[in-house]
Amino acid sequence: MMAVPYYEVFKALGAEAMLVVTAFVALTLDLVWLRRAGMKTRSRTVGSVALVGLLASAIPLWRQFGQHSLVLLGGTLVVNGLTTLFNLVIITLTLVTVVISMDFDVGRHVGEYYATLLFGAIGMMLLVSTEELITIFVALELTSICLYILTAFHKGELRSQEAAVKYFMFGAISSAFLLFGLGYVYGLTGATNLREVAKIIQTSGASPLMAVALLFVIIGFGFKVAIVPFHLWAPDAYEGAPTPVTAFIATGSKVASFFVFAKVMLLGFGGMQGAAYHYGVSATWQGSVVDLLGQLGTSFRNGFYFSSGWTMLLAVTGAASMVLGNCVAIVQRNVKRLLAYSSIAHAGYILVGLIAATQMGTTSVLFYLIVYGLTNLGAFGVVAAVAARAGGDDVENFNGMARRAPFLSLLMLVFILSLAGIPPLGGFFGKFYLFAAAVERDPQSFGLLWLVMIGVLMSAVSLYYYLILLKHVYVLPPKDDTVIATPTYVNLVLAATALAVILLGVFPEPLLALLKPLVARL
Amino acid sequence: MRTDWSIYISFIGAGLVMLLPRNAKTLIRWTALLTGSIGLLIALTGYFAYNATFSDLIKSQGDGFVTLVNRPWISALGIHYHLAVDGINYPLVVLNGFVCVTGILFSWNIEERVKEFFAFFLTLIAAVYGVFMAMDLFLLFVFYELAIIPKYFIIAIWGSTRKEYGAMKLVLYSFIGSALVLIGVLALFFAAGGHSFGILELAKHPLSPDLQRWMFPLLFVGFAVLAGMWPLHTWAPMGHVAAPTAASMLLAGVVMKLGSYACLRAAMLLMPQGLEYWKWWIAWIAVIGIVYGAAVAFAQKDFKFIIGYSSVSHMGFVLLGLATLNVKGISGAVLQMFSHGVIASLLFAVVGRMVYDRTHTRQLDELGGLRPVIPFAFWTFLIAGAASMGLPGFSGFVAEIQVLIGAFSMSPWLAAGAGLSIPITVAYILNALHKVFFAEEEHAGHGSAAHADELHGRDARATGAGESRWNLPPITCPEMVAGAILMSLLVIIGIYPSIMLNMITANVELFLRGLR
Repeated sequence: MMAVPYYEVFKALGAEAMLVVTAFVALTLDLVWLRRAGMKTRSRTVGSVALVGLLASAIPLWRQFGQHSLVLLGGTLVVNGLTTLFNLVIITLTLVTVVISMDFDVGRHVGEYYATLLFGAIGMMLLVSTEELITIFVALELTSICLYILTAFHKGELRSQEAAVKYFMFGAISSAFLLFGLGYVYGLTGATNLREVAKIIQTSGASPLMAVALLFVIIGFGFKVAIVPFHLWAPDAYEGAPTPVTAFIATGSKVASFFVFAKVMLLGFGGMQGAAYHYGVSATWQGSVVDLLGQLGTSFRNGFYFSSGWTMLLAVTGAASMVLGNCVAIVQRNVKRLLAYSSIAHAGYILVGLIAATQMGTTSVLFYLIVYGLTNLGAFGVVAAVAARAGGDDVENFNGMARRAPFLSLLMLVFILSLAGIPPLGGFFGKFYLFAAAVERDPQSFGLLWLVMIGVLMSAVSLYYYLILLKHVYVLPPKDDTVIATPTYVNLVLAATALAVILLGVFPEPLLALLKPLVARL
Repeated sequence: MRTDWSIYISFIGAGLVMLLPRNAKTLIRWTALLTGSIGLLIALTGYFAYNATFSDLIKSQGDGFVTLVNRPWISALGIHYHLAVDGINYPLVVLNGFVCVTGILFSWNIEERVKEFFAFFLTLIAAVYGVFMAMDLFLLFVFYELAIIPKYFIIAIWGSTRKEYGAMKLVLYSFIGSALVLIGVLALFFAAGGHSFGILELAKHPLSPDLQRWMFPLLFVGFAVLAGMWPLHTWAPMGHVAAPTAASMLLAGVVMKLGSYACLRAAMLLMPQGLEYWKWWIAWIAVIGIVYGAAVAFAQKDFKFIIGYSSVSHMGFVLLGLATLNVKGISGAVLQMFSHGVIASLLFAVVGRMVYDRTHTRQLDELGGLRPVIPFAFWTFLIAGAASMGLPGFSGFVAEIQVLIGAFSMSPWLAAGAGLSIPITVAYILNALHKVFFAEEEHAGHGSAAHADELHGRDARATGAGESRWNLPPITCPEMVAGAILMSLLVIIGIYPSIMLNMITANVELFLRGLR
């Protein structure tokens, strides 16, 4: 039994500890002093407390930056540049979510709402900073349970309840799969630390049972990050949940889950990568154009080279996510549902970078996660701010928004175009870098080019529904001409988010320069 | 001032317009006009300075490029912010400036959402400047995609005839084209070693012929979608018709040239052997496009569709010229880009602004007898139409004859095929001229105009016998100024082509030498 370095652990958990305290302060404050106050006052006061707590918790993280990395309690707690950075990202995302919530009607239980939000954020932060299977599971559950509760926060609305039940059922099943898979991993390797697991797989090879474990783990995470075919909960949960919660599920939770997913695949199952190449016509084609058509046919039948491993599984699910997410999003009439399907598609894009499994691939995934988080949060933020005042979140309610709320419409334009991957916004460079990483994996014969092709062509499909949404905002006449006034603090925070999205697109260099050495040290 | 300031000044103009109050319409228009003119002036001074010095420049440095700015942008991928000009893109930069200024003048009568219109318009202009000057494949792609979105809003908000459909079709075609390009660009970058996106650097790492053979179509077709290559041209007439006047001018005048310019600068330069393999395909597809576009234009009943399809036909000449791979052909193609840019802008201005905005109809059968009513429109159409037919003395002739000579040396059949379009062009231009500006008697005789008016649920306009049935406002001052600018360009290049052709030819020679 090794000695527990309590001091080190507490120092490393400073940010989390601060958030726990904040959550309880928020809860007590609301329960004890604010019972008689008006809804708005309560929401703003408790929200402000949460904001202060979040800002304060960023300080210890900020000071952690640049210090040498720490591995505590056998990987249960890992502190390095990457985890610190992503903890900061999660705090930022939570911060914006809190600001959006302050302007949103979250029902009677204001204190509980913010406290649950903060607990969820703590779960995400722990998820990011661990390399140990049991802690991963516990942190994931902490996050998920908070999110189930938050989804149901519109107590009077059937939609919200249905969404919560659905989310909970799917989430519980996926947790079961994940736990089962992790159990197998432990049973086969006797280790719960990702790096040790990887070492044992490397030395003793992967047994068939290990493949089952891998499959279960992928299914478990697949539910959490909503990739096809494990996405079914997402549209309902996104639509039914209060919009700030939707934003939190779509961004904070997704960023953290993807981060740990990538970690488990790259670190833990690094030896079971497999392949999903397609050797196209590039190397063989010599003849005429007519031959080309014939060869395309044969290469479609014979050109795929799959060898078992997670690359293959993720390639297939990733391709399916990009195709299904984008195609189904076309017919959606509800903005939140539309964004849900779009985020399924985006999960597919991220998988493309993950499959590359190179340093460039990992960097691109992390870069995209940050951009994606900010962009989607901004989009949901605008929806939250506008929809409540415009009568609902169907696309028709957004008609003529450019005249009723010109500033928020402009921000919406930025966020949606970034999602569509239009330069010079962050989403464009992020996507470009993901695809570049996939091509870079095998530059001689372009084995992963087929995935890139699907991704790029599906982005063209996605532009269609994004433009339809923007058409409602910018082109169609409004139902009534009343001005939609939103509080200044919401406008400011959303504008800052939009600015970040633009800056990440125009000057991606600083973030890349920050990420690259951190990834290299992984 | 360095020519790249044309880009920034247009962006600044868009930003300024956004900051102005919504109701200060006149101020917004003047701001747009001022920034547009400054952009044009910067481009023009640069152009003339280059025109005076390019031969010395070529002698001293071996290529014709004047680097405007070149600094690392994203070092992880070897991306540089590299803008440069030479004799091939300078004419197009200047063209963009002219179309910008005249487009703003022809949009003077827009009353609805003026602020947003000019903001989108100037953003589009800036992006187009950027594409023409970019010497880094990634940067070129960034500007190329940036140009897509403003088009959608300009057409969907201020357009006419099935505007939302036309806008979406146009945008999706361009975006799918650029998706192909993106795949090609990524493959090209890594196949060349993954060090740099600079076009000139990439050109130094020739790819294996096998790779070129399948990558070339990705890039070429991807870009050529925007150049209106048959059979992927259908967005063009649809989009041009749906667009408001300034946007039609810009679309047909400049945006289609983005495609053909990028074909030349990226696809052809980087994959010469790919081009060698595919050139017969491209040439014949171009010829089909030339003849098909002209024939379909002849069959149109809508004045604007005639011009829309004529653009497809004339852009075919550009693609044909590019495929010839000889100095005459490619120089002709570049000059044709400029010449058609001016002609198409002028024709769309006549159709959209001078005629449609006054008569509210574009049906040939409903128009007629406009010559005495709006003589300026008549003369403008006559001159632009003559240039479009390829009459000597106008720029269209100089450009198309070069392309035809180039095509002839590739194969006489190509030249013969393309030449077939010339009589058809004459036919549809004269047909339109007759039906729109003359032909009063027929309508009066059959009463068809009044009937058509009823059909369309509009008030029948004054149709007194002897008097013109049109009671239209006269041509305004901005229209005359803009029309005069564009017409004089046609004549100047037609009479004195060496002012542009010399620099083009010199640079095309270098370009071709680089390919071998």
